[in-house]
Amino acid sequence: MVDLRHAAAIVGIHEHVTRYAPDKSELQIQGESVIKALEDAGLTKPDVEGLFTASSSIRNSGLNLADYLNLYPRYVDNTTVGGGSFEFHLSHALTAIAAGRINCAVITYSSLARSGGVSVGTGGVGRYGHPRLDPSPDSFEEIYGLTTVGLYAMIAQRHMHLFGTTSEQLAEVAVATRKHASMNPEALFRSPITVADVVNARVISSPLHLLDCCVITDGGGAVVVASPEVARNCRQTPVWVLGAGEAVAHQGAGQRDLIYIAAKQSHQPAFAMAGVTHQDIDLAMVYDSFTITVVETLEDLGFCGKGEGGQFVSGGRIQIGGELPINTDGGGLSSNHPGMRGIFLLLEATRQLRHQFEGTPRQVPNCRLALCHGTGGALGSRHSGGTVILGRD
Amino acid sequence: MPEWNKPLPSIVGETRPYWDSCRRGELVIQRCASCHQYQFYPRGICANCWSNDIKWVKASGKGTVWTYTVTYQNRTHGFAQDVPYVLALVELEEGVKMFTNIVECNPRDVKIGLPVEVTFVPANNQVSVPYFKPSA
Repeated sequence: MVDLRHAAAIVGIHEHVTRYAPDKSELQIQGESVIKALEDAGLTKPDVEGLFTASSSIRNSGLNLADYLNLYPRYVDNTTVGGGSFEFHLSHALTAIAAGRINCAVITYSSLARSGGVSVGTGGVGRYGHPRLDPSPDSFEEIYGLTTVGLYAMIAQRHMHLFGTTSEQLAEVAVATRKHASMNPEALFRSPITVADVVNARVISSPLHLLDCCVITDGGGAVVVASPEVARNCRQTPVWVLGAGEAVAHQGAGQRDLIYIAAKQSHQPAFAMAGVTHQDIDLAMVYDSFTITVVETLEDLGFCGKGEGGQFVSGGRIQIGGELPINTDGGGLSSNHPGMRGIFLLLEATRQLRHQFEGTPRQVPNCRLALCHGTGGALGSRHSGGTVILGRD
Repeated sequence: MPEWNKPLPSIVGETRPYWDSCRRGELVIQRCASCHQYQFYPRGICANCWSNDIKWVKASGKGTVWTYTVTYQNRTHGFAQDVPYVLALVELEEGVKMFTNIVECNPRDVKIGLPVEVTFVPANNQVSVPYFKPSA
């Protein structure tokens, strides 16, 4: 394979810090984020050649966003594979830049899931009326009352059955991310919680409790990706895209064992491209729609053996100062989760690799390599997995 | 028949034999005549070898609970009133897994590995929905 390890870098980022924005449009949040991310990079509107976006609410989101921003991109990617879409976007932007098609791209996302009253996890197919179901797969699934939480809960139940994983172990993920959120002034929930708080919260879909589930917020953000030539003249330390892997997982026509998730397929290409090992990773930003998502993802990424995830996340290992800190912004469980969260993994990894929190407890010491893994869709039916490995010189 | 308040399947050519059989109280699945693999949900092609030589076969209607969740919150009309209900993946004796609800039992009695058998509930004159209940 061609060595792409210094072919593209994240040079600008912006997180729109709103968690509730009832008087804004989703396109406005994206527009404001793109402008601020370009400012962060020291770039301007004419530099933007590629536009990458995904949305579950904006129709033709790439087209409408280009219109809103009055941009004429010559490379457009609207890959929409759920919450992890943005890891796919970064992977694709790397390829487009390495091939010389473009020198600079922006990846952006926004959602008003909270102010819009969207029941992301427990909405099912229709709160006020039933849409016409697609002949397949919907007609074989939605008639049974699937919810997003339920599709993750089913995998949690199976994990507990096979490996003896406990609710207390799952709760460790929520406790760790809440501790990290307490250091993030923008996080939605910042008060520390205990394992007891999580396991005593009401059950949404067994075995998952309220605090095993991510929050629902508004929000958005943008990432600017550029070639080494452009990156050299940018204001910020470049964060290189060293490796990327993409995968989907599904029921396999009724034959697949979905206790193994897409991360199992996507991590090897990413590590191989980057030429690094698990021991080299200083920070893992792991999509945390639910606590079980983190346990499953860490296992199938290969940070521990299958079935050992419950043990692995316990005892402070995934907290800052532990062996593998994760989700240092507080994650989807505590900081923000506007419908799809994959872009925020890239934002926090970049902040940590820039050493933006140096001198504060939030900084992962000597952070040089970060892994981001986005999961989109649902573990129990079908989902995507995008792994990217980022690093600084 | 009381009005069905849950979503109904959309039925097209490749899935019609399945729903027709359900209406007669019989669960059928597909087996590829070329590679002999069973598959679920039904398709116009074999998902394994991409042959279009698909045969419908009568399933035993028996299986075990592969995994499940007791749902306490779903805002969808028809399910919101039904909580707590059991959403499950059942592994049929033929080896394929399908989504279903486990009915005619207390949710707390459902366990992974529980033997179950199919039972049909008519939604209207055209559609009967296959559910599973603990085996007698």
